[in-house]
Amino acid sequence: MRYIPHTEQDVREMLDVIGVGSVAELFRSIPESFRLNRPLNLPNALSEAELFAELRRLSEKNRVCGFTSFVGAGIYDHYAPAMVDHILRRSEFYTAYTPYQPEVSQGTLQALFEYQTLISQLMEMDVTNASMYDGATGCTEAVLMARRMQRKRSRVLMARNVHPEFRRVTRTYMTNFLNELDDVGFDATGRLDRADLAKKLNDETACVVVGHPNYFGVLEDLDELAKIVHEAGALLVVTFSEPVAYGILPGPGRAGADIVTGEGQSFLGAMNFGGPSLGIFCTREANVRQMPGRVCGVTTDADGRRGFVLTLSTREQHIRREKATSNICTNQGLCALSATVFLALMGRNGLRRLAELNLAKAEYLKNELKKVKGVELAFSGPTFNEFVVKTSHKPAADIRCDLYGKNLLAGVDLREDYPELGSHLLLCVTESHSRRQIDELVAAFAS
Amino acid sequence: MKQKTPGSTGIVMEEPLLFEQGSKGRIGYSLPASDVPAMDPKTVLGQNLVREDIEGFPELSEGEVMRHFTRLSQWNYGVDTGFYPLGSCTMKYNPKINEETCRLRGFTNSHPGYPEDMVQGSLELMAGLEAMLAEIAGMDAVTLQPAAGAHGELTGLMLVRACLADRGQKRRKVLVPDSAHGTNPASSALCGYEIVEVKSGPDGYLLPEAVEAAMTEEVAALMVTNPNTIGIFERHIHEIAKIVHAKGGFMYADGANMNALVGVARPGDMGFDLIQYNLHKTFSTPHGGGGPGSGPVAVKSVLAPYLPVPRIVKKDEGWRFNWNEPKSIGKTKGFYGNFGIMVRAYTYLRELGQENIRKVSEMAVLNANYVRSSLKEIYHLPYATDSMHEVVFSDKFQQERGVSTMDIAKRLLDLGFHAPTVYFPLVVHAAMMIEPTETESRESCDSFIEALKQIDAETKENAAAFHDYPQKAFRRRLDDTAAARKPILRWRPGM
Repeated sequence: MRYIPHTEQDVREMLDVIGVGSVAELFRSIPESFRLNRPLNLPNALSEAELFAELRRLSEKNRVCGFTSFVGAGIYDHYAPAMVDHILRRSEFYTAYTPYQPEVSQGTLQALFEYQTLISQLMEMDVTNASMYDGATGCTEAVLMARRMQRKRSRVLMARNVHPEFRRVTRTYMTNFLNELDDVGFDATGRLDRADLAKKLNDETACVVVGHPNYFGVLEDLDELAKIVHEAGALLVVTFSEPVAYGILPGPGRAGADIVTGEGQSFLGAMNFGGPSLGIFCTREANVRQMPGRVCGVTTDADGRRGFVLTLSTREQHIRREKATSNICTNQGLCALSATVFLALMGRNGLRRLAELNLAKAEYLKNELKKVKGVELAFSGPTFNEFVVKTSHKPAADIRCDLYGKNLLAGVDLREDYPELGSHLLLCVTESHSRRQIDELVAAFAS
Repeated sequence: MKQKTPGSTGIVMEEPLLFEQGSKGRIGYSLPASDVPAMDPKTVLGQNLVREDIEGFPELSEGEVMRHFTRLSQWNYGVDTGFYPLGSCTMKYNPKINEETCRLRGFTNSHPGYPEDMVQGSLELMAGLEAMLAEIAGMDAVTLQPAAGAHGELTGLMLVRACLADRGQKRRKVLVPDSAHGTNPASSALCGYEIVEVKSGPDGYLLPEAVEAAMTEEVAALMVTNPNTIGIFERHIHEIAKIVHAKGGFMYADGANMNALVGVARPGDMGFDLIQYNLHKTFSTPHGGGGPGSGPVAVKSVLAPYLPVPRIVKKDEGWRFNWNEPKSIGKTKGFYGNFGIMVRAYTYLRELGQENIRKVSEMAVLNANYVRSSLKEIYHLPYATDSMHEVVFSDKFQQERGVSTMDIAKRLLDLGFHAPTVYFPLVVHAAMMIEPTETESRESCDSFIEALKQIDAETKENAAAFHDYPQKAFRRRLDDTAAARKPILRWRPGM
């Protein structure tokens, strides 16, 4: 077996050094009754060519061409430049361990410091951690962090238009205290319903969680929200699943967000069936000791040269154990590197241009669809690259089915997660869509 | 503080931060022109939703970015560079074919929201991986959703909590051995449990009496790593399981050390009710400098109804996601888990096959014992008990000359090795935990053994020099204290 170097001679000589007669003796501490006396029921071994053929056969059972998809909803089809994968394939990066021995891990650590900086700049926040698993667990950890910080307040208000996956995972983590979690509705603009918020916001509220862009693609008025939330003594948690939007949008830090967290998959350049992902997590400097996850800081070495180390480890599980701010150990390190390379290539102007392309294409689809009889915009608020349409001449579910037959994936049917949105589709357009494809979708809706 | 270029050794170069280089107007991107009508963001979104600039973002050419990250990579030690004897991390070789299969377009270009008919390949792979993981652990059902080991631990504890709640029981405690990995108590706390520590016996394994004394009907589960973090098989596990089960508790296996058992023994046969795997340990997926990993949880059928949704099922029309599991705990991660990592682990298991999987644990245990036998006269071995796939030493002998585990670790870096796991587990003072894994050759082990012998000799000749190691790494010893005292966690102009 090519990954296991031991020859028969190696094994014999090593057994001699150990002083036992057989490999089986090395397992003598396992009680006899537990030792398997049959091979595991696994498929037979495959050589590399056979292996690759088998995996290719499986991959080809997935349909990834011959259609146009307008599905976003938390995972986005963006193009990643070829260079990114060249860096990710450098085995000094991907076969490296967590940088606990910083002297031989400066590559990982400097890249991490750059990631933390880029995201902080993008979100206009003071500090970013080395990543959480994804946006959904990031949202969850933000809620837990807010509750920790607000010791006398434990209630959580979560907008219904925050991504349903974020809400589901948060609910699962909060299973033992679900009564402390309240939904806040949305209004005709697609934004948080201010009246509903006013009703529910009180001196027991630890935090209010909103989306920006939210699940409907709609953008909030964060300045106004921050004012309302802070006046009530609560913390504002801003979530997102499309960070490309921040190529145009001001970072939530500017409005005064206390925690900003969301899904960074857009910066990874591949959809990968939803994972690996990238949990982006930022907060204010004052809150850093309550922040979960690893974080990298700058320091100097014995020669006075600049270097980087994981720091503030007393927050983490390997030091604080049950008193840690989170249980997270392995995070999404290589994905953070991937995002760093992507953002470095995009740069100051590229990310803006990418965002403008997304916005322009989505606006084009929006405007064309508005002309189609029986199709209207569901919400009046401003949107980025996703928006919701309501169909009245035919149920959205049926339209979606019809269009699937024409090799068009007309977004996501919102009924499952929002029963009151019975004939609504969430449509996404990115820079990957051509005008011709958008026109095709419009024509299909019109017919 | 900008470093001067060029290099410190000629091939390994200094390299500033992205923000310390580049030039206004320089670009590294290539984007298509717009084919739709022009629009002004300020008109479309309103003034307040448009930023003037992304302040601080770099402006670099593609070549500058490529060189930047290439240089950074050269400062890193990886498994492909050399030996990584990190105990409990299982830093085995990461097969390159895995890196090809996970990049197949059918896998990378699939959106989790596509209709099931369009993703039959992904579903078949996930179902296949679930089946193999169930068989390896001796369990009945699997979830692939958790993103890492700690995440799997938390998910597993949530399953236990849900099952007990279903029985009308609200137990408040979890038993955790003193040798446990920090994620065990952290995950328990996150699940709302109070941690009760159980002390290991003098020979390094848990004694039934200790578990008996701690086990009450308030205890939801006992979390055990087997072999434990000292590398020792928990020989009383059968009796311990009986004690825990007799009082209605669950036996949780932390599967971080499965590299000692694959193909040889199965946690499900030993009395464990559930186990979390670390695909980035036992199943060869790369460590990535800190992830992404994957922490599937395998359970006995009693816990299956509580598994996260969706479950993968085979119907006449094909593979389907089943969301209709009324007792499910819900979801612990967005979408279905780290799919790209699953592809790598699946590829690895299909390459190993039935014929080779046992060799993994056999050679892993052989290597660890070879290292142990070769060094046991020179480094203090706190436990005489048999080691499995990892061995723990302490710095007791070297401390007599004023040299610590930390110093030894740093000297190893100079000699071309990554250090072993140090100062863990806590039950051993100044522990050095060495796990070679099965992918290290005999020569590699010999080379490591020689290095440690040399280091010991050096402690006798020149103990004082140890405080200054490493000397040859890209950076000398870094000041952790200064980093934590005044944390600077991002670049700012003028730095």
